[in-house]
Amino acid sequence: MTTDLPPLDELVACPQCDTLHRAHSLPDNARAHCKRCGIVIMTSQPAAMARILSLALTAFIMMIAAISFPFLTLDAGGLHNATSVLDAVLAFNDGYAFPLAVAVAFFIVVIPLIRLGALIYALGPLVREQKPREGARTAFAIAERLRPWSMAEIFIVGVTVALIKVAGLAAVTIGPAFWAFAGVVVITVLKDQLICRYSIWEVLDKATR
Amino acid sequence: MGSAGQSDALITARDAGLVACQQCGQVHRLEARICTRCNGPLRSRDAESLQKVWAWLIAGMIAYIPANLYPMLLTSTLVERSESTIIGGVVELFEHGSWGIATIVFAASVMIPVGKFIAIIYLALSVQRHSEQNRHERHKAYEVVEFIGRWSMIDVFVVAILSALVQLDTIATVNPGIAAVSFALSVIFTMLSAQAFDSRMIWDADRTKA
Repeated sequence: MTTDLPPLDELVACPQCDTLHRAHSLPDNARAHCKRCGIVIMTSQPAAMARILSLALTAFIMMIAAISFPFLTLDAGGLHNATSVLDAVLAFNDGYAFPLAVAVAFFIVVIPLIRLGALIYALGPLVREQKPREGARTAFAIAERLRPWSMAEIFIVGVTVALIKVAGLAAVTIGPAFWAFAGVVVITVLKDQLICRYSIWEVLDKATR
Repeated sequence: MGSAGQSDALITARDAGLVACQQCGQVHRLEARICTRCNGPLRSRDAESLQKVWAWLIAGMIAYIPANLYPMLLTSTLVERSESTIIGGVVELFEHGSWGIATIVFAASVMIPVGKFIAIIYLALSVQRHSEQNRHERHKAYEVVEFIGRWSMIDVFVVAILSALVQLDTIATVNPGIAAVSFALSVIFTMLSAQAFDSRMIWDADRTKA
């Protein structure tokens, strides 16, 4: 049955339903969908690589700001409590909740930073049209594998809910880290939309050969 | 950059005697074990997929029980100490008149987890029965489950930020309850369950039956 098939490099299979397609060049800003299940298999955006890299760098720097500056400040009855993102994580640090503190730290800070770092590492040389670094494939695979576990956007919605719960109780001041964190969320969403796995794997592969 | 055009008839990589990499889409001969493009592992179908799906799902459903029975938040103020469960927190928000927020919390902590349990059970059962019906709808359901499951974490983060922020010695303090831990575990387990589901099996029904 394999005799009438084109060379393997010209084929692409849908990762979700295994349907075979023939790969060919796509006009700019076009998307190719799977013929059977309809998911997007590849997109072509001019200069996507450079845009992904610059957004990842921006998000990385803003994330550092988001964990260093005060996040929220609470005032009530003459008492004052400033919270950073790390304090929010350490809220779970007593006894049985410790594993949860570690998990929350990973979901909102560590995993987003690992993803951004890995993307910058893998795509940096490609933008300058150099050979990929050693381990670039592993780095990109990790960045994509961790995608569902990076929950910064969910955290920011959680913060909004918490703010409304507290609003009646005390005066809350929003610090610079809150806006930095919101920025990270927006930029990350924009960046993830630009990522076309197929194209990036193709470039990583061809640049190594 | 490449693109996907269709082969004349829709055939799967497995029917063509090939195996596709789920990570990068590259196609290989069936014997290949490691993808030459991305070094990812190659498996035509994950034979243990359903076992893993059921195992994680049951773990997630068990963890969801204490998450609802025990308190999520322990609040102490000058006048009183109170504990609130997931549902208790939603009711409280309703009484305060915060309808929108109450709806968001209810959706994230009750509707999404329960809906996800039902959706995964339905998907796993339909694959076991080699059902050929509603394949597009089922694939859509799988995509929705994968996308929306993480959003259940909202309530855990609300508890995290509240207990960090509201630490005003005698006036008011908020601390996390044990339910926050089991709820987070439940969300993590069901996410792993959804990830273990091999969506290619939805489309395999006609072949495995024949």
